Amino acid sequence: MKARVHVMLKNGVLDPQGEAVRHALGAMGFDKVEGVRQGKVIDLDLADGATEADVTEMCEKLLANTVIERYEIELG
Amino acid sequence: MRAAVIVFPGSNCDRDLAVAFEHAGFQVDMVWHKDASLPDGVDIVGVPGGFSYGDYLRCGAIAAQSPICKSLVEHTQRGGYAIGICNGFQVLTETGILPGALLRNADLKYICRTVGLKVETSDSAFTQGYNAGDVIGIPIAHHDGNYFADDETLAELKGEDRVAFSYTENPNGSRGDIAGILSPNRRVLGMMPHPERAADEGHGGTDGTALFRALSGVLAPA
Repeated sequence: MKARVHVMLKNGVLDPQGEAVRHALGAMGFDKVEGVRQGKVIDLDLADGATEADVTEMCEKLLANTVIERYEIELG
Repeated sequence: MRAAVIVFPGSNCDRDLAVAFEHAGFQVDMVWHKDASLPDGVDIVGVPGGFSYGDYLRCGAIAAQSPICKSLVEHTQRGGYAIGICNGFQVLTETGILPGALLRNADLKYICRTVGLKVETSDSAFTQGYNAGDVIGIPIAHHDGNYFADDETLAELKGEDRVAFSYTENPNGSRGDIAGILSPNRRVLGMMPHPERAADEGHGGTDGTALFRALSGVLAPA
């Protein structure tokens, strides 16, 4: 089984990297960009028997810092 | 008096921290991240600055899951003392020993210079060598030192007098200008600035010496 984990900063947490990308896009002439948030995508190759609950536990314990980040799990 | 300094792959302030402890009278053991337990009789654990595990995933995240950090968490749960500096502060937040998190600096730059720190409280083993309100010069050297905590946590830190140091001029976007915080029992300090780099005449400043000296005063056998 494969799982894809999206990790994003929570709303309200400053994302200076996303903000720098937004500035750069504006400077390039893309004047319709009102906000950019940058995150991470983590792909997991899982052995048979792994469950979504396992991936959730991985997110809670390591892959995301839930003080500042939220995550979404896509199973494929 | 015994101090243990944890060494992760990528730590680079471990020896400086050990020397600062030694000058304050501590016997220091260096402890490898794969060790499962702290040496017996350790009075304080130092988590040093650096780039543990290359800062992969998030600063301090992988270090926080290392075998020695399980012992560190138990040590602090027993009421043991600990200090985390720079990457060590990031590790302490990732373990949950201290609240909040350290984000990328607001201006995205790695900042390496001496900054002014206001001592917010003298009510801890770490800060009792200063007076509240003192301004001291301590170097910072970080890319991810932008302290973040939600409103509720910030109010709790302030209400319980647990902000140890704040920046006189905020260099990194930290909420509330926070540079260092204490645990609820005031026995764990996490701070981004490096007192161990201001603890010898050769460093160009000695404002950090009082921190280590105060610790040895508290932890010295009666």
